[in-house]
Formats: sequence, C-alpha cells, structure tokens
Amino acid sequence: MIRPDAAQLADAAGAERAAYVHVPFCRRVCPYCDFAVVAGVDHLTERYVDAVVAEIEREPTWGPLHAVAFGGGTPSRLSPSQLERIVSVLRDRFGLVDGAEVSLEANPEDWHEGLGDRLAAAGFTRASLGVQSFDEDVLAALGRLHGSGEAIAAFGDAKAAGLSTNLDLIFGTPGETLERWLATVEVAVALNPDHLSVYALTVERGTELSRAVASGAPAPDPDLQAAMYEAVLDRVGLVRYEVSNFARPGHACRYNLITWAQGEYVAFGAAAHRHRDRVRRRNVRRIDRYLERVEAGASPVQGEERLDAWGREVERVFLGLRRAAGVTAGCAGTALLESPAGRRLLDAGVIGRRSGRLVVTNPLLTDEASRAVLALEEVDC
Amino acid sequence: MIRNFSIIAHIDHGKSTLADRLLERTGAISERDMRAQVLDTMDLERERGITIKAQAVRLDYEASDGRRYVLNLIDTPGHVDFSYEVSRSLAACEGAVLLVDAAQGVQAQTLANAYLAIDAGLEIIPVINKIDLPAAEPERVADEVSSMLGVEPGDVLRVSAKTGEGIDELLERIVAEVPPPGGDPDAPLRGLVFDSYYDSYRGVVCYVRIVDGAMGTGEPVVFKATGERHSAAEVGVVTPAAVPVAELGAGEVGYLITGVKDIARIHVGDTVTSARTPDVEPLPGYAEPKPMVFSGLFPSDGDDFERLREALDKLRLNDAALVYEPETSRALGFGFRCGFLGLLHMEIIRQRLEREYDLDLVATAPSVAYRVILTDGSQVEIRSPADMPDPSKIERTEEPIIKALIISPSEFIGTVMELAQSRRGVMEHMQYLTPERVELTYLLPLAEVVFDFFDALKSRTKGYASLDYEPAGYRPADLVRVDILLNGQPVDAFSTIIHRDEAYAYGKRMVSRLRELIPRQLFDVPIQAAVGSRIIARETVRAKRKDVLAKCYGGDVSRKRKLLERQKEGKRRMKMVGSVEVPPEAFIQALQVDEER
Ligand SMILES: Nc1nc2c(ncn2[C@@H]2O[C@H](COP(=O)(O)OP(=O)(O)O)[C@@H](O)[C@H]2O)c(=O)[nH]1
Ligand code: SF4
Repeated sequence: MIRPDAAQLADAAGAERAAYVHVPFCRRVCPYCDFAVVAGVDHLTERYVDAVVAEIEREPTWGPLHAVAFGGGTPSRLSPSQLERIVSVLRDRFGLVDGAEVSLEANPEDWHEGLGDRLAAAGFTRASLGVQSFDEDVLAALGRLHGSGEAIAAFGDAKAAGLSTNLDLIFGTPGETLERWLATVEVAVALNPDHLSVYALTVERGTELSRAVASGAPAPDPDLQAAMYEAVLDRVGLVRYEVSNFARPGHACRYNLITWAQGEYVAFGAAAHRHRDRVRRRNVRRIDRYLERVEAGASPVQGEERLDAWGREVERVFLGLRRAAGVTAGCAGTALLESPAGRRLLDAGVIGRRSGRLVVTNPLLTDEASRAVLALEEVDC
Repeated sequence: MIRNFSIIAHIDHGKSTLADRLLERTGAISERDMRAQVLDTMDLERERGITIKAQAVRLDYEASDGRRYVLNLIDTPGHVDFSYEVSRSLAACEGAVLLVDAAQGVQAQTLANAYLAIDAGLEIIPVINKIDLPAAEPERVADEVSSMLGVEPGDVLRVSAKTGEGIDELLERIVAEVPPPGGDPDAPLRGLVFDSYYDSYRGVVCYVRIVDGAMGTGEPVVFKATGERHSAAEVGVVTPAAVPVAELGAGEVGYLITGVKDIARIHVGDTVTSARTPDVEPLPGYAEPKPMVFSGLFPSDGDDFERLREALDKLRLNDAALVYEPETSRALGFGFRCGFLGLLHMEIIRQRLEREYDLDLVATAPSVAYRVILTDGSQVEIRSPADMPDPSKIERTEEPIIKALIISPSEFIGTVMELAQSRRGVMEHMQYLTPERVELTYLLPLAEVVFDFFDALKSRTKGYASLDYEPAGYRPADLVRVDILLNGQPVDAFSTIIHRDEAYAYGKRMVSRLRELIPRQLFDVPIQAAVGSRIIARETVRAKRKDVLAKCYGGDVSRKRKLLERQKEGKRRMKMVGSVEVPPEAFIQALQVDEER
C-alpha cells in the first residue's frame, strides 16, 4: 500500500474534491481554543443542521467528492441522525467516489458505546478523537472534560466499528515534562491507532490562555516542545506525512491532503472556508448571523480572497512545504532554492532538494522556509 | 549714559519673565506688541528681516534722577554646554542681575554663572525672584546668596517678575550700580562678537559690543581670529525691532550684518575691527569652538540619509558648534559622526532632528575626544573608537576632564559623593552654602559623565541637586577599546573606548544585554566582548529549535498565510551583521543608558 508521505499521493490530492462541514458547538470552550466555537447553545443544533442542509442544497453541483470532513467545534455534539442527514444530503447533491473518506472529529466525553457502529452505518469511515493527553493533570490544565479512561473506551469502540481512527494529542502544556509526555505517547502507541496528530500547544491571540500568559502564567517552552516533538518521531510506528500528522499506509487523511495540495473544497456552516474555482471564501463566523442569513435565503459568505498567478504559486509552495513529501519545486520553489535566503536555509539543513522537489528537512523550522517563500520577489513563471 | 547688563539665572528661575517685565516698564514692549500684531498680517515683512532675534535689547529708561539712560539687556545662552558663550555675553557687559528663585534657592547654574560674572569683573546685583510664591523663602535664600557672594542679606533685592513688585527698584539699582562702559572712543575700532545667528534673508547677523572706537555702516571690517574681511553692510540697534543706525560708538551694543551666509565663518568671541586697523590687539578670551562629545547618528531607515544631511545642514546654519562628518558603519549603514559641545547640546540636536525633521535615528554610544600619544612622539585626537590606533603604537592615552559643580541638599551629600567616586571623580572642594545646602566641586573624566551622570544625580537626590560643568584639560588614563563581536564579526556600532578597569564590566553588560535582544537564529550565535584579540566576555544565543505552526488546515489557509506574511515583514526590517539578523531596535536598546550602574 502506498506510503502516506509518498509524493504521488500528496500531489494527486490536488485534483480531488472535498466538502467540509463546520459544527461550532462545544460543551465548553477550552482555554487555548481559537476556533469558531460556541458553548451552551445546543438547543440551536436542529436549526443549524437545517441551515447547513439548505446551504448545501444551494451550492452549485460539482463532481463526486473524494472526502467529506466534519470539523469544529465538536461534530459529536450533533446526534448520529443529524450527522447522517447531512452526509446523505451531501451524497445526493454531489455524489461520493468509491471509497470516499467521510470523517468527523469527536470528543471522548460525547462518545458512548455503540456510537462507532452507528456512525459507520451513517456512512462515516473515519473518526478523529480529541484525546489531547492520557495524563490527568495535563487534561485538567487544558480544561478538558474527559478522563483518559473515557478516551480509551471511545477509541476501542470506534476501532471495533471498523472506523479509521485518529488520536489528537497536545504537547508542551506548561507543567508537562518530557517524561510525562512520553508516557502519553506510550499509551497512544499501545492503542495502535491508524493515525496520530500531535500538536504543540500554541498560545493563540484572544484566548483565555493568552490572557493568562499575558498576566504572568507560564507559557509553553519552545525548546521543550522541540524535544517532545523529536521524541515522537522515532517512537511511533507511523509515518510522518505532515508537520503534525502521522499515519499508517492507507490512512493518511484525504481531506487534509487535498488542502495541502491546494485542492478545492466546498464548505458549509458558520465560519466555514471553501476553495472553489480558485477563490477562497469564508462564511460569517457568528452562528446567529449565519442562521439569520441562511434562513433568509441569503448567502452566508462574508469575505473572499482571490490570488493572482504568483500569489497562487507561492501559496502552493507554502502549503506543500508542510508535507513530508514537499512540493515540486516549480517556479517559486526554484526561486527560493536560488535565493540567498534559500541558500542559508539549505546550509542550515532546514530545506533540501530531492529529485526535483523542494522539501523541508527539519519540520520544526518549517515556518522559516514558509516565510522565505512568502518573501520572494515575484518571478516570471 | 549707557548701562550694559545681563540677567543670569538657573533655568526656570524667571529670566525671560523678568526680561519681559523690564521691556514693558521701559516702553519697549508696546513696540513689541505692535510687532506681534504685524506678524499675523505681514509675515513677508518679518521674513525680510524687520525683526531680529532679541539677543540684546536696547531699553530707554528715564530714571528717578530725571536723566535718560540707555540700558542694553544682553541675553545669555540658557544651558551648561554653552558656558563659553555665556562668558562671551558677560564680557560684553559691566553688570549682571543674578536672579534666584525664592523657593528653590541657589542652584548649580546660579553659582556657575555667578563665578563667570565675577571672573569677568562684573558688578553683580543679587535679586530674589518669585517672592509672590506661597513657598517662597526669601530670608533663607538671601542667606544663601549672601554667603555665596559675600554681600549683606539686606542688599539682596526681592522682586516678583510675575506681579511686577520690585521692578522699579531693580531698574534704579541697575542705573546706580552697573558702571558705565569704559573704552576709548578715539582708539581704533575693537568690537566683541558675543553672539550670532543665521537669518534666511539677511545671512549671518552678529551681535557686537563696541569696546573702543566706532563702527559705521558701510565700513570695511576684519574679523581678527578668522581673518574674514567684509563690509559692515548694516549696523543697528534692537529695540526690539531692528533699527539701522549710522554708527555704533564705544560702549554701545548692536547688530552687524555683513552678508556672510555661513555661520561657521564668524566665531563668537572674535574681535571685529576696521580694515584700516587690522593689527589692533584682539580682545582677550577668544577660544575656538571645540566639540567635546561625539556620537554617530544613523537613520534607522537607510533611505533617510540625505534627509539627515539636509537637516544637519539646516541646524548648523544657526549652530556653529555643531560639527559632523559622514561615517559608515557596517552595522548601521551611512550616517554622520557628530560633535557636540556637551551632553545637553547632543540631546537637543538629537531631539530636534527627530521632532522637527521627523527622522528616526540610531545614536551610537556617546564618546569623548581622547588623546593618544604615539610611540613616535606624535599626538592624535580620537573621536571615534574606530580611529583608535593599534595598541602596539600607543605610548600613552589621555582623557578629557571636566570640573563639575554640584549643588545638593546636604542630606544627599553621601550619595552624591558615592556617585562621583564611582565615576572616578576626585573632589576638589566642598562648601556649605547654608547648613542645608552644599556646593561640591569634582574633577571627573568627561567620559564618565556623558552617559547618564546627570540622570543618576537627579534620581539620587530626588531631583534636588543641580549640575554645571566646564572643561578642565586632559589627564593620562589607561584606555582600551572594547569590541563586541557577533558570530565572530566586530559590530562597529558597539565598540567603545573605556578605562581598562571598566572594560570587563562593560563587555559583560553588553553581551548579556545583546543576548536578550538578538533573536534566535538558525545557528548558535556567539556574542563576545574583546580587548584586542583577548575575549573578556561571552554569551551565546542558542539556535532556534522550533518555528512552525502546529496546524494549517482548510479553514486556516488565508489566515496562516497572512500571519506568516506579517512575521516576514518583521524580518525584512532586520539589519544583517554578517549572517546574523539583528532587529534595529536592538541597537538602540543595547546602547541605551545603563540603569544598573
Ligand atoms: N509665581 C511666580 N512665577 C514666576 C515668576 N517669575 C517667573 N515665574 C514663572 O517661572 C517659570 C519660569 O520662568 P521663565 O521666565 O521662563 O524662566 P527662565 O528659564 O529663567 O527664562 C514660568 O512658569 C514663569 O511664569 C514670579 O515672580 N513669580
Ligand atoms: S472541544 Fe475542541 S473545538 Fe471545542 S473548544 Fe475545545 S478545543 Fe475548541
């Protein structure tokens, strides 16, 4: 089976089509989270699903989808029948290719026995569990509502249902030592998931965490996070195919591969971003505005971004560099390799050139390379 | 019937207010008001030079003895760096009104100016101002003045420049006590240039006190020190409107316009004489303007170099003491090495460049003019660390010394002495003005004072101490140049010449400060301080290990790209020192005055 980090897999995704559904509901807003989320308004879910369905039905038809992703927020706040309804509307509207990926994010505290089977029956092929840690202290520091026991149970149920299963982990929470992180990694590895996402805890602007740090609470230590990341690399038996993502063959997340390959996707729901016909458009972020607009028959789109040819070329390289497979060097990649900044990155072992491709050889310094690409003077392509 | 006098005072003791009051009392002010009105409507007239900077105003005064007197009020520059120019203004007078704030009492500039006036042989009229203030303590201040000048406390006049109280009495005392000018009206012309400024229409306007002889309009004149020959195109008096006259006679004060455009060609303190008598003995006390403090000024934005040059050219039109020459720094690009009379002068110029000319500047650590005696016996002046000769060629180094006069409340005397000693100061003299206030004189290396001595003094004495200083020659000193190296490359902007005993502390301080200021790079960056080839301090900025966004998914693409673009802009501003990226503010912050000292 093809490796998750294969160039062929990475590049092919650019021609595929995906759909994204944003589910903004959360039980409680985590202190570090800067996604478009709302807590305490679960009574709106039915209206919301109606609006999403309406939005899907107004979207111009397209070819069949290769991937469908439910993200959030917490899609598992919706009932299986609500989720099923959206999946079937998507299928009716666009069609799904054979073996299409249909994936959702779920939180352990929402999981219950049998949910895996129920989701599989609804058409889901993949579940991504917001486990974050198997360390109770870290979970508490992250303001999470579940314990590691619930996470393990949810995982087992999803796995038993035949879903391709991902665990989301966060490292570098202040107070978490390297040893404790390794213990979390060990539990994760023992569960033998198909896919693993490991994220360095990041202080995002406007979050409770950033306010706490501003008033003196400890911030994540980037050097420790680097060590934690490196420790993961040679401990999990999975293949790293993007900065933060690892998978066994056949289990790379197809929806995300499409994104990094600058592929196109439609998107529905509050704050959803789509990329279709070379234009990126985003919906209103606030759920009340989203509902009002859709219910009034209006478009929920609030902004768009159109890049010129050079902008798209730069974007292609910037996105592709996050993948282990890198990108075909092309116009911007070649310009980078020939620029003084590029040569410095080469010398420092941050980037490399591999059979016509530009690759990041030290994923911990990916943004150095990304900024250098964004800083390039425009060249004729 | 001429009386030539100055008002001398510590800053804010009310000199300008008193001058206004005197103008008003003698009727000059009505003319001045009129001019103010004219100004609004007829800017052009003013531009043509109808008005003239009132550095010396002629007041007509009818005294109680019924006679009319001409009082020439001569202004003195307001701050310590210009003590030479103050002394030239005083040389144009026979008397001085020594003004002391009734609440603040005698301050360092009061004393420094009083000494200058005494040295110039002036008749001093001690006056306490602001007696209307609730906090006024005229009795205590009169005691201070009396012990300073050796006069009876009762002879100290009490006035309020604000309410006008005591002003008439002051005018009477000026007439009675300031001696009429001496000088020989029949001798060859000798005039003292005691001030000058640049007027965009008239060129350089000199203020002149005629000592001997007379200066007539149209006469050819010679400036003794510079040898410049010109015609006295216009001579006149300031009332405060400029009034041309046919001739200025012995003892009189007025202005002279020659058509010279470059202020550097006319030196304050020079003697002007008739071209027919070029060999007269010059008036005593002339000194070349000599910069004491040097600093490199660089535009933060390299594109502003020409604007900086133009701004300096403009400032110099009116400031002959400002000198500058282009300088290139590997780290800071193109700029100017500037010389100033002193710290305040430097501060004023820097502020004017930033405020009036809207320039964003990086200033290198101020340094002083060191003297190096080479092994071949020759002597060189070192104005920039870059000019320091190789140690093997140096026989001996010398540094400029100043004589600092400090007045402080006596409760702070310990901390003031401690400060002066920590800056290698040697006490010369100490005297209690009153039991509460002490006068201290120190010989201090100028280099120790240029950074922050004044601020340190103020903060240690809750703002109560005052400082004045004057140059006091050179003294041998064991000086070395400390270089700061980034990744093995010396950063010229951080090099400094310093006393050997302090080299280590300086080096340590700079490298640890830079360690905080230099962002982590792709590789380890050693920061070293070195004297010659010897490393005296070292720190390392460790290579950056992590610089990556944890997530970038479908909903993030535009936002994350913009975030990275913003960061990229920050990177673009970086200055490259070899292969090390240094944020421009790091230069400013590293060079900022040390609070820790
Ligand atoms: N109450 C009071 N204030 C005064 C008097 N003379 C001057 N001032 C104030 O003291 C401050 C400094 O005066 P100024 O003439 O500018 O001082 P200079 O720096 O010596 O020229 C100003 O705010 C004046 O209004 C006075 O006799 N009484
Ligand atoms: S559950 Fe996930 S989406 Fe919801 S607030 Fe927490 S981190 Fe954010």
